[in-house]
Amino acid sequence: MMRVLKEPLGAFGIALVLLMVGGAVFADLLTSFEPSRISPRDRFQPPSLDHLLGTDHLGRDLFSRVLHGGRIALSVALFATATSLAIGVVLGLVAGYGPRWLDAVMLLLFDSIKSFPTVMLALALVTLFGPSLTAVVVVVILVNVPGYARIIRTQTLALKGSEFVTAAQSMGAGTVRILRHHIMPNVISPLLILASMDIPVVIAIEAGMSFLGLGVRPPTPSWGSILNDGFTAIRDTPWIAVAGGLPIILTTLGFTFLGETMRDLFDPRLKRRE
Amino acid sequence: MTVLAIKGLNVTFSTEGGQLHALKNVSFEVPERRIVGVVGESGCGKSTLINAILGLLADNGSVDAGSITFEGEDLTRLGAARMQELRGQRISTVFQDPMGALNPVLSVGRQMRNIQYRSGRSRNEKDARSEAMLRQVRIPDAQSALAQYPHEFSGGMQQRVAIAMALMMRPALLIADEPTTALDATLEVATIELLQELQQDIACSVLFISHHLGVIAELCDDVVVMYAGEVVERGTTRQVFHAPCHPYTRRLLECDPARQSGRTRHLPTIPGEVPDLRHRPPGCVFATRCDQRVDACDKTPPDVAVAAGHVARCVLAAAR
Repeated sequence: MMRVLKEPLGAFGIALVLLMVGGAVFADLLTSFEPSRISPRDRFQPPSLDHLLGTDHLGRDLFSRVLHGGRIALSVALFATATSLAIGVVLGLVAGYGPRWLDAVMLLLFDSIKSFPTVMLALALVTLFGPSLTAVVVVVILVNVPGYARIIRTQTLALKGSEFVTAAQSMGAGTVRILRHHIMPNVISPLLILASMDIPVVIAIEAGMSFLGLGVRPPTPSWGSILNDGFTAIRDTPWIAVAGGLPIILTTLGFTFLGETMRDLFDPRLKRRE
Repeated sequence: MTVLAIKGLNVTFSTEGGQLHALKNVSFEVPERRIVGVVGESGCGKSTLINAILGLLADNGSVDAGSITFEGEDLTRLGAARMQELRGQRISTVFQDPMGALNPVLSVGRQMRNIQYRSGRSRNEKDARSEAMLRQVRIPDAQSALAQYPHEFSGGMQQRVAIAMALMMRPALLIADEPTTALDATLEVATIELLQELQQDIACSVLFISHHLGVIAELCDDVVVMYAGEVVERGTTRQVFHAPCHPYTRRLLECDPARQSGRTRHLPTIPGEVPDLRHRPPGCVFATRCDQRVDACDKTPPDVAVAAGHVARCVLAAAR
C-alpha cells in the first residue's frame, strides 16, 4: 500500500476515493439539508454558500443529494463487485479444476451471458422485477461474473498440473483443500486488481440505470437520477447536471488511477528497472 | 516386517495409439526400516510406479492386475477417502524439483501448518512442531524461516524444507522421487546424509528413486533395477552391484561415468532403443538390445532367484 502512495497517480487516486467515501460516510455531518426535502421556494438556486452545488427543480439541496447519492453508488459498487468476485472465483475454480464436460457447460453459460448487451440485460430484468436497487445489483453481478470466472478458470487450468498441486495431493490434501489453500492464493491477486478497476464501471452502470429510470426510485438520491433531472433543464440551470456528473467522473477517475497503479506495481511483467 | 509389498503389478494407459503397458508384472518389497533404491533410465516407469502407489495415476491410467500391499492394506482396492488419509500421514513424498513442489505464494510456516491439518493440534503447537522439524533438517534460524517464502531459500534449503514437510507426520514410508537430481554434487551428498540420518531417527522405510547409481550404492540397502516398465533385477545393493545377473544391469553399471577408469572421448552407451511400450515384444523386453541373446529370449523370461533375495528376470540367470 505504501508503494501505491509513492506513485503520484496512485496517491491522487487514493485521495479521490477517500474524498468520495468520506463524503458518503459523513454525509449527515457535512450538510444540514435533508436530501429529499422539497422546498419549492428555493428551486433552481445557483451554487451559493448556502447551497454549495445549488438546488434542483424541486428545491432540494444538490450537495446533500450528491453526498447521499454517493452512499448508494459506493455501497452498490462495493457489494455488487464483492459478490461477483466471490461467485466468479468459485465458478472459475470449479470450471478449471472439475471434469471437462462441466467446464464446457460452464463456458457456454458464461459466453451466453456475456453476449447480452448490458442495457438489454438491464431492461429485461427490470421488466421482470421492476426498477429497484436489487435489479442494479443483479445486472452488475451477471455482467461481471463471467469475466472473473473465465480468468480464474484459465489460471486454475494452468496450475492444475503444477508440481506443488501434485505434491499437495501426495501429501493427502483433498480437492477442496487444494483449491482453497493452494490454487486460490495463486490466482486471486490479479483478480482483486481487476475488480478495483471494475468498480467505476459498476458505478457507471448504477448511474446509467438510474438515469434511465431503471435503478433507484425517486425520491432516493442517486447520481444518475440527479444527472437526469439536470439533463431536462441543462440550458437554464447547468449546475444540476454538473452536480450529478462531477462525482461520477471523480470516483471513476479515483478508482481507475488506483487500480492502474496497483496493476503496474504488482504485475512483474510491467515492472520498471529500479 | 514388510511395509510395502508390490506383487505382479500391471499398469496400462489408454492412449490414442492404443494400450500402453507402462508397468508389467512388477514385484518387489520394501522391508521395514530399509532404504530401497529404484534405478532405471528415463521413461522406464519409475514415476508411474510412484503414482500407482500413491493412487494418483492420471485419468487414463489404471491398475489391471496385481496388488500393492501397504501395512496390510491393498492400496489398489482402497477407497479414495482412505487413500487420501494415508497420503501425507503414512506415506509421504519428496519430489525432484523443490521449487516446483512448494507453493510459491504461501509462507513455509503456513504450508507446514497445512500439512498438519488432520492432527487436531492448536495453531501454536503446529508451529512449534514445524519449527522443530525445520531445525532437524538444519535450517538455520528456523523460527524466522517459518515466515519466509520458498523463493527466499536456496535450492538445497528448499529441498530440506520439502523433506521436513514430508517427514513431519512421521510416515511409515517415504517416497523420494529423485530428490537430489536438481541439486549440485556437494548438496547431493549433504542431502543424502541428512536423509540417512532422518530415516534412522524416524525409523521409516524409504523408496528412493534415482538414476544416479553412485547415490543408490551409497544410500540404499536394496536395489530394484527397472527397464521398460519391468523389474529386471532386484536384490541387496551388494548383490546387484557386485554380481549383476541381468545383462541390462551389467550394461548399466558399465555405462556409469563414475566407473570409467581411463580418460575417454566417448562415454559408453547401450546400443538400440527402448521398445515402444504400446507394442511390447513378446519375449524378453531387453532382447533387442541384449548382446547375450539366445532363442529362449522369445518367450516370457522367468523370475530366477539367483541367491536369497536376489532375483533376475532372465533365462540366462539360472545357468550362472
